[in-house]
This record gives sequence, C-alpha cells and structure tokens, in this order.
Amino acid sequence: MAKQYETVIGLEVHVELATKTKIFCGCSTAFGGEPNTHTCPVCTGMPGSLPVLNKQVLEYAVAVGLATNCTITQYCKFDRKNYFYPDNPQNYQISQLYLPICRNGKVEIETENGKKFVGIHEIHMEEDAGKLIHDEWDDCSLVDYNRSGVPLIEIVSEPDMRSAQEVIAYLEKLRMTIQYLGASDCKLQEGSMRADVNLSIREVGAKEFGTRTEMKNLNSFKAIARAIEGETERQIDLLESGEKVIQETRRWDDNKGESYAMRSKEDAQDYRYFPDPDLVPIVLDDAFLEEIRAKQPEFREEKMLRYKEEFDIPEYDIEIITGSKHMADIFEATVALGSQPKKVSNWLMVETLRLLKENSLDPEDICFSPENLAKLISLTDAKAINSSVAKEVFEVMFKEDIDPEKYVEEKGLKTVNDEGALRKTVEEVIANNPQSVEDYRNGKEKAIGFLVGQTMKAMKGKADPGMVNQLLKELL
Amino acid sequence: MNILDMTAVSLAAAIKNKEVTVKEATEAVLAQIEKKEDTFHCYVTVDREGALRKAEEVQKKIDAGELDGPLAGVPVAIKDNMCTEGMLTTCSSKILGNFVPTFSSEAVLNLEKAGAVILGKTNMDEFAMGSTTETSAYGVTKNPWNPEHVPGGSSGGSAAAVAANECFYALGSDTGGSIRQPASFCGVVGLKPTYGRVSRYGLIAYGSSLDQIGPLCKDVTDCAAIMEIIATHDTKDSTSVERKDREFTSALIEDVKGMRIGIPKDYFGEGLDPEVKSAVLKAAEVLKEKGAIVEEFDLSLVEYAIPTYYTIAAAEASSNLERFDGIKYGYRTEEYEGLHNMYKKSRSEGFGAEVKRRIMLGSFVLSSGYYDAYYLKALRVKALIKKAFDEAFAKYDVILGPVAPTTAPKLGESLSDPIKMYLGDIYTISVNLAGLPGLSMPCGVDSKGLPIGLQLIGDCFNEKKLIQTAYTYEKARGAFGRKEDK
Amino acid sequence: MANIISDETIEYVGILAKLELSGEEKEQAKKDMGSMLDYIDKLGELDTEGVEPMSHVFPVKNVFREDVVTNGDVREEILKNAPGEKDGMFVVPRTFE
Repeated sequence: MAKQYETVIGLEVHVELATKTKIFCGCSTAFGGEPNTHTCPVCTGMPGSLPVLNKQVLEYAVAVGLATNCTITQYCKFDRKNYFYPDNPQNYQISQLYLPICRNGKVEIETENGKKFVGIHEIHMEEDAGKLIHDEWDDCSLVDYNRSGVPLIEIVSEPDMRSAQEVIAYLEKLRMTIQYLGASDCKLQEGSMRADVNLSIREVGAKEFGTRTEMKNLNSFKAIARAIEGETERQIDLLESGEKVIQETRRWDDNKGESYAMRSKEDAQDYRYFPDPDLVPIVLDDAFLEEIRAKQPEFREEKMLRYKEEFDIPEYDIEIITGSKHMADIFEATVALGSQPKKVSNWLMVETLRLLKENSLDPEDICFSPENLAKLISLTDAKAINSSVAKEVFEVMFKEDIDPEKYVEEKGLKTVNDEGALRKTVEEVIANNPQSVEDYRNGKEKAIGFLVGQTMKAMKGKADPGMVNQLLKELL
Repeated sequence: MNILDMTAVSLAAAIKNKEVTVKEATEAVLAQIEKKEDTFHCYVTVDREGALRKAEEVQKKIDAGELDGPLAGVPVAIKDNMCTEGMLTTCSSKILGNFVPTFSSEAVLNLEKAGAVILGKTNMDEFAMGSTTETSAYGVTKNPWNPEHVPGGSSGGSAAAVAANECFYALGSDTGGSIRQPASFCGVVGLKPTYGRVSRYGLIAYGSSLDQIGPLCKDVTDCAAIMEIIATHDTKDSTSVERKDREFTSALIEDVKGMRIGIPKDYFGEGLDPEVKSAVLKAAEVLKEKGAIVEEFDLSLVEYAIPTYYTIAAAEASSNLERFDGIKYGYRTEEYEGLHNMYKKSRSEGFGAEVKRRIMLGSFVLSSGYYDAYYLKALRVKALIKKAFDEAFAKYDVILGPVAPTTAPKLGESLSDPIKMYLGDIYTISVNLAGLPGLSMPCGVDSKGLPIGLQLIGDCFNEKKLIQTAYTYEKARGAFGRKEDK
Repeated sequence: MANIISDETIEYVGILAKLELSGEEKEQAKKDMGSMLDYIDKLGELDTEGVEPMSHVFPVKNVFREDVVTNGDVREEILKNAPGEKDGMFVVPRTFE
C-alpha cells in the first residue's frame, strides 16, 4: 500500500501597517504617486542619513502581538539584515532577529474539522523594499523607492498547519484581527498582506519534520491553496522516486501552476545580522502595554455574540457584517443614529454587497457615511420616497456619499402624496388603457399591475405604489 | 597681529570690533591656502567663490546685529566625510568622486547658523580608515611641522590645515582616535566629544557606534566655543543625547585644585617613545603643581582594546559601506555583465586597499558561524572595558596619558604592516569603545622637532572637566606653535 | 599564523561583500585577514562568561518620531547623483531572468 503523507505548513506573513509615514522617516506611505516622489535621503540610503523609529509602528506591532496572545519583548532592538539587491537602497534591511517585539503567541482557527490553535513563533518589525520595474525597451531594470521604508510586521507561525484549508482559516483570522485593530487593511491583491509558505511533508505518524521549502509570490487565497497542493505533490513525487527535497526558496507561478527555485551563486543567504547601531533599544514598561491593551477593540467573536443578543437580525447577516470591521462600524453607527437594525442590515446585505461585487470592491472600500444611510432609511420610513427611488439614491450614495435628503430635494424625487394630482393621473391611465381595464374587470387580477406601472411611469416614479394601487381599485 | 595667527575666538572678537572684516579674514586664509596647498595638501576641495560669497553675507548679518556669536565670521574647514549641500563630499574615496550631497550635516548647519564661512573639505584617510591620511584616493597630506612626516589621521587634512593656518579651525571625526591623534601629530587641540554629544546626521558613517564629530583648533578656548555651537540635540539622530550642560566656555577656568587625575600605568609601558613619555609626565607634574591630585593606577584591559575595536568597527563598516553600489550615487564601473558583476566591479575599483581589507574582515566576523566567536565576543569585551573606565572614574575626574606611542612617523612608513599601524591607536581606541570624551593637546616637541600630544580623558558628558584641566595646563605651559610662526 | 584563510573563504566573503579581488590582492587579503584574526583571537584569553554583549554604551532608549508626514517631493534631488536615470527612476542592470 502506498505511503500516507502529511503536509506540515508554517507561514511567514508580511503585513503593511496603516501608518501615514514610513517606519524610519517622514515620507508618506500613500499609494500611487510618481516614482520616487515619496522619498528622502533616509529611505533612499543617502550617505549620512539616519533612521528614527515611527512610534505608531511600535504601537501597531504591540497591538497585534497582544491580540494574538504573544509575549511582548519589553527590551527589544533592531538588527540589520545584510544583502545586496537594488530594491534595498542601503543593501541592508532594518529588521529584527535577536529580540523581536512579540514572541510565543497563538490564535484559534476553525475549519470543517473543528477548532485548533496555530502557534505564533514571533512577530517582528521591519522596513519594506522598493519596487523594481523591468524596462524591456532598454533591457534594464528601474528602481522606484516610494515603497522603500514602508513599515511591515512579519508574523512567523509555528509549523502547525496541515492543509490549505487551515492555512486560509489562519490567514482569515489574522486579517480579521489586524483589520479590527486598524493596523492594516490586509489586502492580498494589493500586497498589503503577503504570505510565504514553508512546507514540508512527512509520513503520517512520523515525529521528525521533513526538509522544507519556502514559497513566495502568493497573492491570493486561491494561489496559496494551489501552491500548497502543487508543492505537496512535488515533494511527494520527489520522495517516492527516491530523491531528496532540497531546502530552498521557490517562486510560485500561479498562471503555470508550478514553482521554480530561486537560486544563484551570488545568493549566499548569509545575512550577517547584527544590532543596528543607528537605532537605540526599545524598553517598554507595563504601563505602556496596559495602555495599548486598553485600546484593543471588540474583536469579531465578541462582536458576533453581542449582535446576537442586541439585534434582531439573522445569524448569516451577522457573519457577513462582522466579516469587515468597516462594515460593522457602519452598521453600528447607523443603528446608533436611530435606524432600525433590520433595515440597516438589509441595505448592507442586499444593495451594498451587490454594488461591491459589481464594482469588484472590498467591504473596506465602502465610502458612504452612517449619517447618510440613516437619512436614506428615514426617508423611506416616512414614505417620502418609494423603494425604487431609494435604490436609485443609494447607488449614487454608494459612489459619492451624497446627502440623500438634499439629493432627493434637488432632483425632485419626493413621492407625490397629493391625492388630487394622483387621482387625476390614475383617471388618465384608466382612460388610456381600456383593454387592461376590461381585462381587470373580467377578473384578470394581474392586469392591475400593468396599470400601476403605467401610473408610476406617468408620475416619473415619484408615487407611492401602495397608494396608486388603492386608488386604481377604487376607481375601477 | 597677523590675521592668520589669530585664534578663532580672537578673530571673531576682532571682526565684532570692526578691526577686521570677514572678507579680509577669508581672503587672508584663502591666500594662505594658495601658498601652502602645494606643499601640505590639506584639502580635497577648496570653495573659493562660495567662501567669499558667504563672507559678504555673514558680514552683512554681523553689521545688522543678526549675528553676534563667539565664532561669527570665522572661516572653517570641514572634514570630507561630512555632507555639505551642493559641495563635493568624497570621503577621500574614488567611489564618491562625484558625490554632491543634497543636504548638510547637522554639525555643519549649526556652524553655518553661527556665522561660519566654509572654506572647503579636508583630506582624510579613505572613509576615515587609517591613521596617516595616506589611504586617501586624492593624494597624501603632509605634516606642516615637517612635510616628510604624516599629519596623522584620519582627520589629517583638518589637523594640518589648522597647523598650517589654512583655516582658523576645522571639524574632524573620531572613530578610534581620528581627531586626537592627528591633533597630537600636528600640535593642535582636538576633542572627541562623548558619544551622542554631537549629531551624526550627515556624517558618512564608518563605525556608527564609535563615530563622533569634534573640533580641531588652535587652543582650548576655541575648543570650548566650537563645542557650544556643535553640541546640540538632534531629533534626526536617534543616538543624539539631550543635555543641558552645554555651556562649555564656563569651564575655561584656570584652576585644578583638588582635581583628581589618574595616570594609567598601562599607558606608559613597552612601545611608548621615551620622549613622549617624559613630555606627558612633565605635563602631569605641571598640573600637580597647580594643585591637582595626581596618582598612578591600573586601568587594565588596555591591550584588548585594539582587537575589540577592529572587530566592531570593521563589522559596522562592512554594513555601512554596502550602500556604495553604483546605483544611487557615486562611481559605477564602465563595463559589466549583469547586476552582481556591476556591484563587484564598481566596489572593487571604487574602494582602496585599506577599505577593502576592513570590509572583508567585517563581513567575515559577522558571517554565519563566526558571529558569536568574534562579534559578540568583542561586544562582551567592550562591556568589560567600559566597566574598567567606570571604576576608574569612581576615583578620578580625569585620566591623563599620551595620545599616541610616538610622534608623527615618516610618510610611507606605516602602511606596510597593518597590525603595527593599528597598534598606534592603542591609547585612543578604548575611549571610543567606552563612548567617553577625550581631548588632545600639545605638551612638547621631540628632538626631531615634532609635536607631542597629551591626552585627557573624562567620564561621559564630562567635557567641562577636560576643558578646565586643559585650559589650566595651557596657561601654565604657555604659547605653543611652529617655529616658522615665531 | 593560526588562522589560515583559504581561497574559498576569500571567494565566499567576496560574494557577501561584493568585492572581487585580483590574484595579488587575494594573496594579500588572505595574509592580512589571517593575521588580523590571530590578533582578534587574543580576546579569547578573557573570560566573558555571563557578560552581556554591549552594543550601545549608554542607556539611551525609546527614541521615536510621531507619525506625521514631514517630507515633500524631492525626486530631483534624490536622483541628482544617480549614475543612470530614466523616467524618474534609478537604472540598474536587468534583475529579472
């Protein structure tokens, strides 16, 4: 019988922190911008420049550490990781090896197979590298240092995962936790969350780990799942054919569905880490940690429990809404403004999700304010606009966060509640549609729908359909 | 009095009193540079136009009463490892042969704010690695006392420029003795401040945990005045320390009564030139006569300072100098095949032998398998050396000894044997390892007619005690200068 | 000399430090590094058991800056010294295979 193998996976997750400025200088971290316009002597490695730590980076890192049950290193330092590459302007990266800010954490994940803990070995702070662009025309590469020095935390897990499913659950868990902290938006596609997968296989029941490889360039959950599958197969094939797995870094090509080794003679992988003499130690007292702890938000699990108790909305809605901190914030703020939770939830679950999907956006991209959503809900509650007008207004609000009250006023979208005017229109519709009138009178109940539609059309949608229906029945 | 013979402080006073204009002083010193540079070669860059332009600007500000500091209008020379906006900054290396910084180092900015006229950039050992200024890619600087001898290094250009009256004072940097030793060899005053006193922002790093900028000047009064200007807290340098005790000129007091001065016996053993020894001990006698309590003691660990220093400095340098890769600035080789070949050729052609030697050593001691045995071991010994000084300063206010084992050697004599060259740093190096302030001042002339230096070492941030001791000694010693100037 | 530096070591350190030494330089480097390491080995005489490695001499700690944008666009200046520039970027030899 064929041998049974087990996949052992550990993750190195890089998360770009949501600071306004870079980790060691006052340059903006904003996306976009012409190449090298968000740079200064520090983040381009000019001779004589020196780094100074952004305090917000430390606070975010500690916050993530506390949220993932880590021990915070109260005496910590930065180290230099030395390697030559053009995206790294100093040819060393300021990172942490010897005394990382957080150690020995764990998070609980849940899959079809139940709940389990994934250990966190450490979390360290470091700087991101610049961007290399290949210039086909001149057959050279071009360097843009706008991203150089953007703060990252690297979260290194223990090799505790055994399947792609667990890996994705773990990543989701991290993403949710970090988003709730506001420490990052954690978008895989945009690279603000990046995962390197360390994978080895061993026979089921074996105590020792196999030789692992590290896979890079995974920028979606799907790519991660495919890469895990592909690498597991590759390693099993190697072992089955009597070969050995080589410890190496591999680059995953998601289009081809295969990975290849990233090795070169000039790549000694000997980083000569040593404490950076340009930065001073960080000494954190208990009071500081308490301060950060006190600022920790209500995380998703707690929020879900509270919603179940407080709001009369379906469990499925709760899951979706709390799946994004931003959406949950909008939900709560709108409810706080007096809107009925069920109605708020409906707007989020139906129209918002539809528009997000249509525009391929994330819930994090929602831009309308709770105030405006509350106004829209009260307009419909007051029957000042009907539901189709409300949807129309919502679409505009979704795009531009307009004030629905003003918009309805300016565009003249208010429902006509003047019975006289409405009665007149209904009379006209009856006069102009004798066939439908006859059908209705002959017992075709459906025909009234057509007449309502015609009336609404004549009223340019600004009538209350219930009222139209009532009037029609009366006049017929 | 000849303008050139004035000290920086006395020149500023004369300018203030309208006895001399800034332009006259600047022209006088530029003329001296023109006359002497062929012989001494103190400068890599002389910015004649810039200096004259600045002289006029500064004069206007002085006349308008906007500038009245103790050094306003005084021309200064800057070591070529400090960034100067718009002015070539080479570190005396081919790899930075065309590098024009876009910002000025904090120390230079502070001088400019105080009304300094920058004359140019002084020659040095390449990237401050050396003790003779012979490793410069731009020619050797010669000792103004005798051009057959070296001026010391690495701030040799700055020391020689002060000694040759090619400036009124200069800035240098000191990683293992690079201010104090050339000051000693050239018969001028030099101070390496406490680590953290002067901002390192804009100083092109050699050994970041050891580097410190300081003055080279004609007397102790100038030294105190310059320190008041350059010792600032800089939020751009994480290692810059915020201190209130910055009124260094208040320590210009002629009094050492009760001052406890320790003489480390270990500094007077084998290898010390007898003439240096007797001049230094004579200076100690002078201070004793002035009321200081002078006694000998065992400092210990002296012979371990050099290997500790070279391990740490080389390791830091190997990393600090990685940024010179032919991409963002500086030299790039003409022909190459691919990225790594470009790196290797640019760096191998751009760096000189001594720099490469230290980069190789530094990369090795940090490499996998050697880090603990070499680098961490050195950091542990550094802790022991620091402890030895802490114990000494529990007993003494000031430690007194020689700066270097000998006076200035002849050109070309030192570079052949690196270990022997490194041994010349034995009395200065531990001061950097422990982050202490150290002052070097002339205390005599040997039989070859070369100046001998006296070193005073203080506890952290205790520059004022050094200044007070040095000032008292200077008054007792009397005027000191080259024969030529007499 | 106790420390014998091999060609391989010099080659390896050359890869780390991105230095390529000529034949003559290489021989000199082997000799120099060997004698420097012999000299550094002297530190082995000292018992440093239990001594914390000292990377910073003073107890300076917690130096931070606030998260406020202070730098504007200085691209022109940043690129001024570049040996190669194109479209506002630094030109380097091709890095992709």
